[in-house]
Amino acid sequence: MTIELRNVSRWYGNVVAVNDITMSIGPGVTGLLGPNGAGKSTIMHMIAGFLPPSRGELTITGPGGTGEAAPSWRNPAVYRRVGLVPERDSVYAFLTGEQFVTATARLHELPDPAAAAARAIATLDMADAADRKIATYSKGMRQRIKVAAALVHDPEILLLDEPFNGMDPRQRLHMMELLDKLGSEGRTIVFSSHILEEVERLSGTIQVVVAGRLAASGDFRAIRRLMTSRPHVFTVRSSDDRLLGGILIGRPAVRAVELTRNGLQVRTSDYGAFCRDIAVLARDHSIRLREVLPADESLESVFAYLVAS
Amino acid sequence: MSGLFNPTVAWITVRATLSRKRALLFALPAAILILFTVALKASRAPMRPWPSHVLGTFGFSVLLPLTALIIGTSVLGAEIDDGSIVHLLATPVRRSSVVVTKFLVATGLTMLFAAVPELIAALIAGGGTAPPTAPAGTTGSPGTFAGPVAISGSKLAIGLFVGALACCVIYNAVFLMLSVATTRAIAVGLLYVLVWEVLLANFVSGVRLLSVSHYGLGIANGFASDSALQAGLTVLTSVIMGAIVTAAALALAVNLLSSFTLKGEPA
Repeated sequence: MTIELRNVSRWYGNVVAVNDITMSIGPGVTGLLGPNGAGKSTIMHMIAGFLPPSRGELTITGPGGTGEAAPSWRNPAVYRRVGLVPERDSVYAFLTGEQFVTATARLHELPDPAAAAARAIATLDMADAADRKIATYSKGMRQRIKVAAALVHDPEILLLDEPFNGMDPRQRLHMMELLDKLGSEGRTIVFSSHILEEVERLSGTIQVVVAGRLAASGDFRAIRRLMTSRPHVFTVRSSDDRLLGGILIGRPAVRAVELTRNGLQVRTSDYGAFCRDIAVLARDHSIRLREVLPADESLESVFAYLVAS
Repeated sequence: MSGLFNPTVAWITVRATLSRKRALLFALPAAILILFTVALKASRAPMRPWPSHVLGTFGFSVLLPLTALIIGTSVLGAEIDDGSIVHLLATPVRRSSVVVTKFLVATGLTMLFAAVPELIAALIAGGGTAPPTAPAGTTGSPGTFAGPVAISGSKLAIGLFVGALACCVIYNAVFLMLSVATTRAIAVGLLYVLVWEVLLANFVSGVRLLSVSHYGLGIANGFASDSALQAGLTVLTSVIMGAIVTAAALALAVNLLSSFTLKGEPA
């Protein structure tokens, strides 16, 4: 099944949340990446049929096995083929995990809801906690039981809004392996995240969204290479900035050095090598380092670099 | 309507509604009505017309709408507020099925917590007062009937109970629709009950045509003709108007729920 967005925009009053996005998401794992407020959730909600585009067209091909493109908005039939894991940590806390997943299976009118629920719960490694009330679950466990409920009807499309939130590293790894497996089975898996490292283990494509626009799209590894080779900027203050600047400019990893009133602005293409080198060089030349500060390591600056690229 | 009833939705709704702390409020108005009735019964002469006044005015204009407000806005509104409704809506269950099922659950619970107490209070109170001549008409005003005669306690009780059942149906349709239409359903509903049902409908005769409590009183009066009920509408008018309001509210609720949106963060 394929998700198609053609010139999709969404605005709230005068605020544009998503601006003229065109993308096609096919089988495999696709990460929707971007900083907070970039419009990822808006895109996820539109794909999931919980928000109409203000302009443009959003369709899912093949709901109900018809093979025809159908909009997800005001079309509950698409949920026979689509599973949704919402970001909001709100589940029926008064139910046990098993009751919640079985009830979801019943809502999907599955022939054997109990068996389908047991299978989904086992897939998410939640069998031991299935008879406990969801109110007693940790955030990571809630996240997993939500995924189990979304998977109970064996959907061809799985949408996950910030699925790794609240998970510990082991749970994240397990979830990543699961998504990878589901993607390799030919399902269309779409997840959103604002943390780049979360998708490192997942193969497939990414769609980078910044300020409501599609900033980068394609193979994750290619975009990752672009990100790691981008210049990093450091602010350095020392006992002798002029001498240190002269030494640093001779190093291969350093692209530019600027002497300012507040110290040195150093641009380097190798974050790790620079951090190792500067300490050794300062010691060898009896220069006291007062401050070595990465100036632009915020996620926004990474995305801004991608946009510029 | 049975084809629209989804037992899983009903099961989740009952569990959700009764597991919330708000459920403790359900029984409060009913308890007040019964205690009030017992106190009056112990202190007043049985031939005075207080049972019809208390059970009609207080029961239909305060007890029933408040209980229906709490329950009717809970069954769907609480899930919309906390976001758990997404798990229900992200399934192929028809929106009309969700609305009708939740409406039926809310109506059943309201009958249990408001109509049944109304019946109990009416049975405790005993008889009311009936006009010797014609029953209340559509434009009749309270107190125009002379020469009251006693009617049996059970007849009044059954009349009030049937009227209360009708009110439960109509109020819940209105409040359920309100809970889908606005996140401030309780506040809006409370304003509606206090201003429209308690104040205007009891003092402005024209408003009664659009008053749920007067639909109930009209139906109750059809069973136990009692001048002190202050019914301003005939049975036929009450039934027709009640059916129209219920159907319109449910249709609007289905349409609103079909367009339910999740808000994303603007860039």
